Amino acid sequence: MKKEWPLWEVFIRGQHGLNHRHVGSLHAPDAEMAIKNARDVYTRRNEGVSIWVVEANNITASSPSDKGPLFEPSNSKVYRHPTFFDIPEEVGHM
Amino acid sequence: MYAQMVKSTGKGVQSLEDMSPEERAFQERIDRGEKIEPKEWMPDGYRKTLVRQIGQHAHSEIVGQLPEGNWITRAPTLERKAILLAKVQDEAGHGLYLYCAAETLGVSRDELLEKLHSGDMKYSSIFNYPTLNWADIGAVGWLVDGAAIMNQVPLQRTSYGPYSRAMIRICKEESFHQRQGYDIMMKMAFGTEEQKDMAQDALNRFWYPSLMMFGPSDKDSVHSAQSMAWKIKINTNDELRQKFVDQTVPQAKYLGLTIPDENLKWNEEKGGYDFSEPDWTEFFEVIKGNGPCNKERLGARVKAWDDGAWFRDGLMAHAEKQSAAKLAAE
Repeated sequence: MKKEWPLWEVFIRGQHGLNHRHVGSLHAPDAEMAIKNARDVYTRRNEGVSIWVVEANNITASSPSDKGPLFEPSNSKVYRHPTFFDIPEEVGHM
Repeated sequence: MYAQMVKSTGKGVQSLEDMSPEERAFQERIDRGEKIEPKEWMPDGYRKTLVRQIGQHAHSEIVGQLPEGNWITRAPTLERKAILLAKVQDEAGHGLYLYCAAETLGVSRDELLEKLHSGDMKYSSIFNYPTLNWADIGAVGWLVDGAAIMNQVPLQRTSYGPYSRAMIRICKEESFHQRQGYDIMMKMAFGTEEQKDMAQDALNRFWYPSLMMFGPSDKDSVHSAQSMAWKIKINTNDELRQKFVDQTVPQAKYLGLTIPDENLKWNEEKGGYDFSEPDWTEFFEVIKGNGPCNKERLGARVKAWDDGAWFRDGLMAHAEKQSAAKLAAE
């Protein structure tokens, strides 16, 4: 029998109050071992307070070629940003 | 370097006009400083060269554990032992970051390891030299990690996203390695006469092999030119070697140790030291597999891999059984 351990993507919450953030990947036979390995590989210097692992083949990603159709439409909607609107100074902070 | 003499594929650098539209768009992205990410289009040569370079770099981190691991059980104090253990564990981590970066290019971990074990892929020549005594552990941290940092710092800006991110993590951790080595050297150089002699002896033996880490001069190499155009390589080997010498000479002076080179001399004009080239015949012999420890190092890797096979398979079988049981229960 010869079978490579599956690949897991590792997400770490650096501090309380922050999002989990992708830090890298590793191989492990199952989720439990993936957490243990992630602790050894990615948090040797106190980098985290919580770990998520997800088997890499369970992740669905957008394709690089869809970048245009997906993200360009928001470019023209500048009014979504507060700086689009000029508020007279005498109104004060808004 | 950790990746020495990596050959790029293809005919060398093409001008933008000679490139296909895809290649040109790709090169322009690199020239703009954009990062290339795994699923995006890239020239075949870029992918292949990166697999070779990142793979060789990863192998070096892993094989690099062996000469130092040799001294974990023989460290002079419990503190030194804990520090060395942490350093060697870091090297394992660095190897893993890099393997993962290489795998994003479509090569599997097992494939990379098989190529290391069969001798198809290389690791840095430096790890084929023995660590004979405790002073060598100091010299390895100071010189070998010092030379590695020289190469790795600019690689943080490399064009391939996963490689760049791995290098950023590695560089954050690497300066601890060099400092712990220099700390050992200070202790020995300022210790008894015998300790100082050991420190000098370690410097004598590791100096030229450390200079070899950067690889032979590549200022006229087409491979290097292509890698530099792709921002896989940022500086020439000679530039990095010069920087390393200029940085290290004052550090040796502080220790009261002598660099084993009669031709070492400050050159006011170039603002750097003149120094002797290492023996490149020796370098090519080591690369070919005839260094003092090549067989021992590769032998240890293959043994660890073979001896661990039942364990890897056992854990996998257990995981499969558990997931089958979970499925049946649902």
